[in-house]
Amino acid sequence: MFNPLSLIRKLGHATVNRIWRLGFATRFLFAILKYSATSFRRLPLTLREIYFSGVLSLLIIVVSGLFVGMVLGLQGYETLQRYGSTEALGILVALSLTRELGPVVAGLLFASRAGSSVTAEIGLMKSTEQLKAMDMMAVDPIARVVAPRFWGGVISMPLLAALFSAMGVMGGWLVGVVFIGVDEGAFWAQMQAGVDFRYDIVNGVIKSFVFGIAVSLIAVFEGYDSAPTAEGVSRAITRTVVTSALAILALDFVLTSFMFRGTS
Amino acid sequence: MNRTVLDLWVGIFVAIGIAAVMFLALKVGNLSSAHLSNTYVLQAKFDNIGGLKVRGPVKSAGVVVGRISDITFDPATYEAVVTMNVDGRYQFPKDTFAAIYTAGLLGEQFIGFEVGGEEKMLKSGDVIKKTQSAVVLEKLISQFLFNKAADGQDTK
Repeated sequence: MFNPLSLIRKLGHATVNRIWRLGFATRFLFAILKYSATSFRRLPLTLREIYFSGVLSLLIIVVSGLFVGMVLGLQGYETLQRYGSTEALGILVALSLTRELGPVVAGLLFASRAGSSVTAEIGLMKSTEQLKAMDMMAVDPIARVVAPRFWGGVISMPLLAALFSAMGVMGGWLVGVVFIGVDEGAFWAQMQAGVDFRYDIVNGVIKSFVFGIAVSLIAVFEGYDSAPTAEGVSRAITRTVVTSALAILALDFVLTSFMFRGTS
Repeated sequence: MNRTVLDLWVGIFVAIGIAAVMFLALKVGNLSSAHLSNTYVLQAKFDNIGGLKVRGPVKSAGVVVGRISDITFDPATYEAVVTMNVDGRYQFPKDTFAAIYTAGLLGEQFIGFEVGGEEKMLKSGDVIKKTQSAVVLEKLISQFLFNKAADGQDTK
């Protein structure tokens, strides 16, 4: 039987739940920051997480960066050729990578490659009651487990995004200059004339840093907050990937509107 | 995993990341070439700046000698005031002529310095007196069409 009252109640419940989780995530972030000093005193823990989320993501970042750059080279050439300005290929590839594609695509890849594994790890630790056991031994699980994973992600992400952009530029160069035969001097000269260090590259790095914080927080939070069952962990992983992707794209729009307003 | 191996891999990772940032800064960006260290400020007033942009180049003889730092509108004279940071290594005579050119037919616009013959040099904060506004394509075309129309009437 259709009951409008229960429908409205469900809506209210969902809304309250969302807001409660958002508040919990914020308090969780403050807890991580509070225990960061404790966790940094044992630096090998964080180094280990940089290895797992950063070093092991190198391959996917390098390969996809190269291919994205190569596709940009091909497509950019195809369009620029119509206007007879193929020398602008360098600046097109470099600007689209350093400003947008580098941070965003590297962030999406990082969320699915490293974020999901962090969620799975913490979720499984929770479901097998390892976190509770740590608490019993007076070891704070946030300092021992969560904070190193958070910082590992935050440190890895900007480096991976920069690597993605650099590989993309190399890919664009490979297709544009080596395969198609755009003039090499014009390719690099136009790029260097048009790409500003402060305006384009630093802003891209800031973006990737923000994405790193968002993805890492979502990953550790979803893991920590997961229902301690097999199904709960799998749902948490799905939520990590979906929420991270949405957060990256939404934050990207906000950051872009602050950074590149096209007024200059 | 062994601690030393782990350290090695993390070290390699961070080194690669920093190398990527350096590559972007030096090879892709303009940190190496257009780094103007000690600059001095010049101003020029134009009737029309066309599509001139802040951060656009200032060139003399085709070489980038400075960057445009600010563009404002002077409500007293109804002119555009362009402020430029010029590389301190280069000095220009007092009667330097500043004109707005376009790179190619549709390229970016920049300020070009045509050097005069005066002995005295421009100092920081000076205003360049002689300027030439940007060429507005529409004006040119309409002028051409008007001239054509006038010619057509004359021959009748």
